[in-house]
Order: sequence, then structure tokens, then C-alpha cells
Amino acid sequence: MAIELKMPALSPTMEEGTLAKWLVKEGDSVKSGDILAEIETDKATMEFEAVDEGVITSITVPEGTDGVKVGTVIALIAGEDEEATTKAAPKAVEAKATPTAPENEQPTPTATAAPAPVKSDPATAAGTAMTSVTLREALRDAMAEEMRRDDRVFVMGEEVAEYQGAYKVTQGLLDEFGARRVIDTPITEYGFAGIGTGAAMGGLRPVIEFMTFNFAMQAIDHIINSAAKTNYMSGGQMRCPIVFRGPNGAAARVGAQHSQNYAPWYASVPGLIVISPYDAADAKGLLKAAIRCEDPVVFLENELLYGRTFEVPAEGDHVLPIGRARIMREGTDVTIVSYSIGVGLALEAAEKLAGEGISAEVIDLRTIRPLDKATVLTSLAKTNRLIVAEEGWPTCSVGSEIIAICMEEGFDDLDAPVMRVTNEDVPMPYAANLEKATLINADKIADCVRKIVR
Amino acid sequence: MAKTPAKKIAPKKASVSEDAARANRERPMEPVPYKASKEELLEFYRQMLLIRRFEEKAGQLYGLGLIGGFCHLYIGQEAVAIGLQSALTPGKDSVITGYRDHGHMLAYGIDPNVIMAELTGRAAGISKGKGGSMHMFSTSHKFYGGHGIVGAQVSLGAGLAFGHKYANDGGVCLAYFGDGASNQGQVYESFNMAELWKLPIIFVIENNQYAMGTSVNRASSEDQLYRRGESFRIPGIQVDGMDVLAVRGAAEVALDWVRSGKGPVLLEMKTYRYRGHSMSDPAKYRSRDEVQSVRDNSDPIEGCKAYLAEMGVGEDQLKILEKEIRTIVNNSADFAETSPEPDLSEVYTDVLVEQY
Repeated sequence: MAIELKMPALSPTMEEGTLAKWLVKEGDSVKSGDILAEIETDKATMEFEAVDEGVITSITVPEGTDGVKVGTVIALIAGEDEEATTKAAPKAVEAKATPTAPENEQPTPTATAAPAPVKSDPATAAGTAMTSVTLREALRDAMAEEMRRDDRVFVMGEEVAEYQGAYKVTQGLLDEFGARRVIDTPITEYGFAGIGTGAAMGGLRPVIEFMTFNFAMQAIDHIINSAAKTNYMSGGQMRCPIVFRGPNGAAARVGAQHSQNYAPWYASVPGLIVISPYDAADAKGLLKAAIRCEDPVVFLENELLYGRTFEVPAEGDHVLPIGRARIMREGTDVTIVSYSIGVGLALEAAEKLAGEGISAEVIDLRTIRPLDKATVLTSLAKTNRLIVAEEGWPTCSVGSEIIAICMEEGFDDLDAPVMRVTNEDVPMPYAANLEKATLINADKIADCVRKIVR
Repeated sequence: MAKTPAKKIAPKKASVSEDAARANRERPMEPVPYKASKEELLEFYRQMLLIRRFEEKAGQLYGLGLIGGFCHLYIGQEAVAIGLQSALTPGKDSVITGYRDHGHMLAYGIDPNVIMAELTGRAAGISKGKGGSMHMFSTSHKFYGGHGIVGAQVSLGAGLAFGHKYANDGGVCLAYFGDGASNQGQVYESFNMAELWKLPIIFVIENNQYAMGTSVNRASSEDQLYRRGESFRIPGIQVDGMDVLAVRGAAEVALDWVRSGKGPVLLEMKTYRYRGHSMSDPAKYRSRDEVQSVRDNSDPIEGCKAYLAEMGVGEDQLKILEKEIRTIVNNSADFAETSPEPDLSEVYTDVLVEQY
């Protein structure tokens, strides 16, 4: 029986990659530990090692193939007890590039977000030349541009320099700006969050990267007690212009301690700015604004979006206003308010609903604190129905806050109760099926809309 | 000569085995007591007395209900702030401390009126009445607080030192913390990075023997706190924090070390607070005799007075000084009592710097 070699997932969120190079050829004998191939993801090039011993009988995906889905059979090995010459029938593996991964190996609920008509950002002038970049590159470009502009800006965190970023967001910054301004720290979140905060109090413009915001819990004292409160406690004398940034929210299959949305936590704190962008243009424009901002900013990214490609203005200084929501899709029957990865799901749900004759307006909050209440209430006044879609827990959520605002300031416009669609109210489970059941998705959003529209 | 400090205050001499262990590493010179001129010594005396009288007055105002919340007095520890900060270069070096911060501000020459008015929560207070005793700042003096979370100022101070190095401005950060804070984890995270990156910072442990009601021996497995930096290769020096000249002498050595790019240094100041941890502390964890013994044997102001007597400064001259200081302190109390409270609109100001 031939052993199938499948395209490996080299990170928890990898969905596909490029088979860059084969280091073996058909007929070669391999043993456990031999390097078989080089595989490129959007983050890095990784070596793919043999686990089994045997002879390569067939290479089914040639080198240089892009977009090979995780799980695709890329080669066959004949085991020790087989005749090395009994090549597996090539016909049987002809359908080489077909994604063969079963559904339960695709834990990312948003892997196939349908392209929805996206309304252009009011802050981006019509006719602006656009270019396609990944969200990861957009964040890097934002930091690089601000570092070129202002020597006080520096980047500090774990693996940000020589390793080029745990998620490759800081790729290339060390080369351009050197070790003075791109600083690897020991694993010591409380300490370097405090050092960054102190440096900001002393007049610098730190960008502090947390490998994930889950680890920022060790440092939350400095974010809240030191950074957020200082301006107030000093009667406006001592500012703290700092950006704390990193991935937030659920990744994929990393379990409870690495899957949590902190937006409601930070958004509850006066003195902080909290930004959580969805697409690359917003990520770039708002990170640049955050770095220039005189106030402390918590900038919540999403690991699952890092590799996604979006349109970003090709030229010019793309800085967006903090505190302004964006209408991503116009509609008349219902408003879906969301932020971060939830926006993609909301757009997907709106597309489904459009096919049923329900016109949904999708709002991306972009900034969670201060919250753009006016955009939410204006939309509610138009549609008279509103739900919140949030990749996070329901209790004391951003959704809870939106509901309160609609009750307090939009009650007369409501034709139905404001609902929220969130993750389940449990720690994130690991098992693929449980995780999928726990997370918000487009179907859950669409179902909720159907309940209040019909 | 000054009276011999009380036995429990006096620093221990480093043991032979420690010296051997350190032999392969360069260390700062052994500090010697600072040779102050008569004018300098008089100024030290004046400043320490100002802190003492200011704090006594603050205690009174607290008792009258004019100061609220937490109020931590610096009485007994005056020689530490004065000895250290007199060695700094104003406008270049930075200072940060915890919540027992009145003395460090007075040592930097910050107007007693605006400090006292902050304690009483008035609009003229240095933080517009929005910070209180524990949260005062003067960025123009490079005094960065005034922090209420025990140990936070150590990481923040390392950040200020990072800024000095980044800007290459020649400045040094002086970061004070107590024997209690010296058991916080972030202190060691900061030690590690400060030495790793050779940050220009002097870590100062003001060991006043009690973290609230817990004595050093009940809280610290290594009670010789000057050794707490050794595993990070930060040299530590134990200093008689009740003797302003010993403190200033140690400051000179520490500043030389740090300014020459050799990284941080740790000073353990053996000192003592006469009052409770805060105004609400009845201090049942120690005897009256213990406090009285320190007052009698190692009071920093009495010690300085003895040095001045050796230089021929008589009681008469000091009495004039005392009178001047009482006037300053009384005026600050009057100012703090009569200044208006903040306008209610101040509730909503200074939350954020920018408009969004």
C-alpha cells in the first residue's frame, strides 16, 4: 500500500501554500528525517521532512505550484515491503491540485468569505489608485512609514527583530531601521510593557508588540494603570503616546488560553483608544493614525486576517481618522454592526440575505473606543432593526454596549429587539467540531437577522 | 561626628565569600562619605527640614480631614531623597518613585504650595486636584511620578532610562522603590532588560524595614536587598540611608558607573519611617521603643546638625532656618486650605489629549 504524502499545515492558520522545490525525485529512497521539499507559506519558507521510510514512487504536485491546499496529496511513497518498481498508477493521482482536505480539516470558519460589494471608505477619495497587499504587509508598511517619518517611533516586543516577527508582521524592519529601533525583548510582557510606557512618558513613541493579546494579560496593569490613567491623574501634564498592538481574538485550534477577544476589556477603560480593524486599508491607515496619536492606543489585530489580501491605496500618506465607523455595505432592512473578523462574516451573511430579498447594511466600527455612536444610530434610524455580530463572548461585550446605546438613544427607531450574535459563552474548546460550534459564523448571523426581519 | 546609627540601620559589610565571587567582575568603587562644603551641608539640612516639617503639616491636615484617602509620609527617610537628588543634573536626569512621593518632589525644588494643594484636592494642585498624594508629576523637572501600583515605577523607570539611551542625551534615571516592591516580579524583569541593554538607571531600594506591616525578614528570603541584582550582574551597594553624606557619596559612585555606560547599579538605602505606612496605620507591628531608638540614635536631620556643628554652624543660625521653613510650610497649608476646589467641568477634562 503506498503511503500518501500530503501538503502539510505549517502553522495553525495555514490553509494553502506554494510547493517551492522538491529536494527528492521519483525513485529516490528516503528515510525518516530526510528533507523532501521546501514549502512557502505567506509567512516563511519551511522544510518538509519525511516521516516514513521507503521509495518515492510518484511526485504528484510539481515544484513551483502555487495555492496547494493543505491536505492535498503531493507524493506517494512505497513502503519497505513493497516492490519499489510498482509505481502507483499515475492516473489515480492525476487530480493533483484538487483540494482534497475534508471539511473538518478546515477549522477556519471564514476561509471562504464570499466577496461582497464593499462600499468605498469615505476617507479614501474615489479614484485613488489601489494595490493588493496582505493585511500583514499593510501593518508592516504602516510602521515602516511612521518610523521613516519620526525618529521617536520604535518597535519593541518578542521576536520582532531578528526572527522578523512571530507572525511576520515586522518583517524587514530590522534591516531598514537597525537594532536601535527594532528591539527584541526577553519573554517578559509585564516588564517590556512597563518599559514602553515609561519611554512614552519620557517622550518617545513606542509601538509595543504582544505576540498575542492573550499574553498582554501579564502586562494589563501597565496598559490600564500606567498608560491609560496618567494623563488624567497628572491633570494633563504627562502624556503617554504609545501603541500596544498584536493579534487578538480566536486563532485556529489553539485552545482556550490563546483564543480570546479583549476588545470589550480595553474598551471599558477611559483614557484608552481601542482600534480593531477588519481590512488592510483600515489596518494601515488606522495604525499610522495610532502611532501619531497623543493618547495610548490598544490596536487589536486578528491572526486569521494577516494573510488575507485586500486593496490598499497605492500611494500617498494613508492616514484614517480614529473614532469613525464605516458603512461597508448599504442596506435598508436591517443593520449588522461588527468589527474585526466579524465584518467579513457579516458581509458574507448580508450576501446570503440579499439572495432572500433582505437588504442588510453592514457597519464596521473600526474604533471600539471612542465608539462612533452617530453612524450606528443613523443606520438604525434608517433600517429600524439592528444586530451586533462579534467574534467574542456575549457577556459584557461590545455588543452589550451597542444594545445599551440603541436602547438609550435609539429606542424610538426600534421595530424589533436588538440582538447579538457572538461566540458561545464558554472557554474555546480545542476539538475541531467543538471549536466550529463555538465560533460565530455567517449562517448564525443570517439566522439571527431572519428572526427579527420576518 | 554624627551619632553612630542604630545597629539595625547600619549596613552590613559584604562578606569575604561574596567579595571573592565578585572578584572577576568590575564593580563600582566603594563609596566614601561626601565631603560637603558648609553651604552644601546647610542646603541639605534646609531641604531635609523642609520635608520633615511639610510632612508633619500634611499629617495634621489629614487629621483635620483636609486631606483624604491614602497619605504616605516620608518622615525619617529624608536623607535618601536629598542625598541622591542633590547629585543629579537638573533638566538632564529623570526621577520616578512610588506613592510615598512628597519628599522626592520637595527635594527637586518643586513648589510646596502646589504639592500641598494637590494633597487637599484643589484646582491649584500640581495635578489640578485629580491625582492626589500618590499621583503627582512635574515633567518640567523630569519628575515622572508618583505611581500608586507597587513596583510599576521600576519598569517605567527602565523605560525612562531607555529613552535617555535612545536619545543619547546623557541623562540617568533614578528609580526609587521600597523593600516591599523589591519582591514584585516586574522589578526583576526590569533588572534583566536594564542590564542586558546597559540602560542608564540607578535602582534605589528605600529599605525602611517594613512593607506596610510586614518586616523585611518576614517577606524576603534574601533580606540583604542590595544583593537582589547580583544574578542579573547588577552591582549592589548597601548604604546608610540615615546619613545624608553617605547617601550622597553613594550617589556619586553610582552616577559615575552609570554615566560611563556600564549599565545599571542598585543602591539599597537602609532607612526607617517613623510614621505608619499610611495615615491609617496604627503601626502595631513594631514597638514604640524601636521607633524611639532610631529617632534617638540615627535621625538624619540630627545627624546633619552634628556635622554642621563640627563646621561651626551654631544653633542660632539653624533656628533662623527653622523659622523660615515653618513659614514656607504654614503658607503652603494656608494656600492648600484656601484654594478653590476644581471646577466640576474638570471631571471630563484630560481623559484624552486629542479630540476624536
